[in-house]
Amino acid sequence: MNEANLYPGLNLGGGHGDAHDQAENTVFGFWVFLMSDLIIFGILFASYASYRDPIGLAGGPGPRDLFDIESVAIQTAFLLVGGVAYGGVSLAVKYETGRAKVIAWLLLCAALGAGFLFFEVKDFITQAGKGGVPQASGWLSSYWALVGLHGIHVLSGIVWILAMIAQIIKRGMDDTVKVRLSMLGVFWHFLDLVWVGIFSFVFLVPLA
Amino acid sequence: MSRETSPIVGRLDWTVTPYTDLLREVNSSTIVGAGAASVLVLGAIAGVVLLTWKRWWAPLYRDWLTSADAKKIGIMYIALGLVMLARGIIEGFVMRAHQASALGTLAQPESGLVAPDHFAQLFSTHGTIMIFFVAMPLLIGLINFVLPQQLGARDMAFPVLNQISLGLTAVGAALVMISLLIGKFGTGGWTMYPPYTGIDFSPGEGVDYWLWAILISGVGSTLTGMNFAVTIFKERAPGMHFMRMPLFCWTSLCVAIMLIYAMPALTVSSGMLVLDRYLDFHFFTNDAGGNMMNYANIFWMFGHPEVYILILPAFGVFSEISSTFSGKRLYGYTSLVIASMSIAVISFTVWLHHFFTMGQSAGVNIAFGIATMIIGVPTGVKIYDWMATMWRGRVRITTPIVYLTGFFLLFVIGGLSGIILANPSIDYQVHNSTFLVAHFHNVIIPGVLYGMLAGIHYWFPKAFGYRLDETWGRRTAFLFVGGFVFTFLPLYVLGLMGMPRRSPTFQNPDFLPFMYIAAFGAVLMLCALAALIWTFWTSYRNRLSLAVPGGDPWNGATLEWSTPAPVPEWTFPRIPHVVARDDWGEAKRGEDPWKAPERYDDIEMPANTAHGLLIAGAAFAFAFAMVWHVWWLAILSFLALPGLLILRGMMVIEPRVISAAEVEEADRRFRHQVANLTPVTRADEETELNRGVPDVSEFAG
Repeated sequence: MNEANLYPGLNLGGGHGDAHDQAENTVFGFWVFLMSDLIIFGILFASYASYRDPIGLAGGPGPRDLFDIESVAIQTAFLLVGGVAYGGVSLAVKYETGRAKVIAWLLLCAALGAGFLFFEVKDFITQAGKGGVPQASGWLSSYWALVGLHGIHVLSGIVWILAMIAQIIKRGMDDTVKVRLSMLGVFWHFLDLVWVGIFSFVFLVPLA
Repeated sequence: MSRETSPIVGRLDWTVTPYTDLLREVNSSTIVGAGAASVLVLGAIAGVVLLTWKRWWAPLYRDWLTSADAKKIGIMYIALGLVMLARGIIEGFVMRAHQASALGTLAQPESGLVAPDHFAQLFSTHGTIMIFFVAMPLLIGLINFVLPQQLGARDMAFPVLNQISLGLTAVGAALVMISLLIGKFGTGGWTMYPPYTGIDFSPGEGVDYWLWAILISGVGSTLTGMNFAVTIFKERAPGMHFMRMPLFCWTSLCVAIMLIYAMPALTVSSGMLVLDRYLDFHFFTNDAGGNMMNYANIFWMFGHPEVYILILPAFGVFSEISSTFSGKRLYGYTSLVIASMSIAVISFTVWLHHFFTMGQSAGVNIAFGIATMIIGVPTGVKIYDWMATMWRGRVRITTPIVYLTGFFLLFVIGGLSGIILANPSIDYQVHNSTFLVAHFHNVIIPGVLYGMLAGIHYWFPKAFGYRLDETWGRRTAFLFVGGFVFTFLPLYVLGLMGMPRRSPTFQNPDFLPFMYIAAFGAVLMLCALAALIWTFWTSYRNRLSLAVPGGDPWNGATLEWSTPAPVPEWTFPRIPHVVARDDWGEAKRGEDPWKAPERYDDIEMPANTAHGLLIAGAAFAFAFAMVWHVWWLAILSFLALPGLLILRGMMVIEPRVISAAEVEEADRRFRHQVANLTPVTRADEETELNRGVPDVSEFAG
């Protein structure tokens, strides 16, 4: 029985036997993958910064014309509360409080993620209406690419959540499903982390 | 493009093949183009006929394409790399032949074997193929084959992911290949710098072929890096501490780390160019706030670590062979580990030397120039270490040692010309000239190519059970050394005389003698390629006399030599307990190194699956549809990717269990066979006496 933490983050714990040991490789590998993904976001952040000058703006609409900080705040709330909700999933899996609770928490996460996406897409549409399309300037290209990529990540997170619900229903809470839920947790929190960067550097800094 | 985009077949029509060009106008350029396409078509037909005639389809599918065994995946990677190597070398020859006939006059500036546009496609595909589809598959394949065996692991951490990585790499290679027949390839060089490769100046399908090949194979390489890293961190045999790992494992770890952190940059720069080309974004355009310098910046953030991704596995191979074929312990193990890790880290801090002339301040240039010179230091440490390993050893001049010697002599020249180029003020004089072309071929051919070929020669018996022919192996090595010298050393001179790189023509007759020498060198390279193929063929024919069932033909010291040749799919009957660095060598100093394990257990192996094949199929369809703007196919195949993942997620997949009895039977037969084979001394290593059981009393390393 291995009680030690085998990878960063909330571990399943020795009570889960094989699943705990399997998670060591798989979740560690997923952390490595996310480090790689983080480089992608890092370069996009750097690009965003480099295009945020008069040349990059190219006479097109700028941050003050386009950004609606209230909507961004609502998105932030949705996403971060969604992160907390995943804590519910992890704890329900770890302490085996039943399949129904795991699914309920997962559905809550998916709903909060969908709420985030709803406001994000609404913002994109409004911005496009004001001429803030990615074709308008280098800065807008980098804005759409960075924020859009994060949005696509959230969308794939939701698809993954739904796929996991289907797996729980079909396969039950077997070892593989538990390990995958641990990975999904890391992914879901990773999206929060990136969003904190986006909220600060993409939205707050240009408006400050 | 003025062509209409059809909703069904996109921009495809009957005029996209090089045969149309040949019908329109018959000249040497269109003949070469149509000839290349014909080789592709005939090669494909020949392959299908051979598989059908020999009834190999079922074994190919069952034993190879659906296998999740890292060793088989490694062999498939290497096969892919060698096929692409053949195309790359032939293209190199055509380019040399072209330039030898490309002396123009002021009245008629264009001349030579192929048209300028065709020449540009040649150097673009040549570079793309050699870096992404020769060097990368060779090194990833070699690591896949060797790493788990050296670590004492059964397989990679994620076998099915490994299969997917191979599939995605093959998709990239297939896209580059099919561009020979359908449409054209890009003309922007292997780096495809915008704005030239933007939609305004390169409206056709060529750049898109490159972009999708790079994006898809790049994802494969990222996943591979992750797989290697987790394998090294989590799958080592008990007792295999980090400082007991063979040096090849260390360089693999460096490669893994660099793949993880460098490949995303390539994904971003290519992704941005995709957005520019398909959706009119303005990352790298001339107008509307685009900045093409960002492309160079991001591309080389990947590009420079990539250079060391290519070279470090070769350094790992050289560490293994210099020790084995000198019968000595590797000199300076710790310094080699530190040097490898230093190279991996410093390689991320030098990328700007690829565009010293971009116009940043002198201070920035100097900082990166100094970093570039610093990275030469750990590389120098390594060369001294290998030479010290061989010093006063019983060196056998086997094929890998010929490659190693060629590497010593030539790589040092290439490294020195690199230090010259690291000086920004000199770089301003020779940048974009053939001096640069000579420099990077001078490090990549003696470094990567010789290293990979030496590694293939060294580990071939482990994969197939028989040695490669030494005589032909050495001939191949000498031809590659000579071919390099004649082809590329003249380019240094030409570069200093002012010959620009990628130039389809020139008007200075003084260049001509050097062009002829280089063309002669290219002939030698073609001969080397032929000799390489002949080495495989003649060894296959003589496989009985070259067989080494004992599994340790070179009196090696690392774990992979303790198993039979060819190595069984489970590799080790029992996971070994490692007690020392060079554990197998340590066993040879003890009682009986081939002692059977005390007991055998059932072994779980990953079940065969077509998952990787399906993912690759969908990825290929997606990329091809995107290149030709066949939107319905692009959408369908793109949705197939998550669909396949979700479907597989729903299935409960049981591993394949190999019973303890089967393992025991095979293992006992092997040990019995070893006991009955006559041990061979090093002096007889190349003769038929070598059955893979070395004279252990000779082992000193």
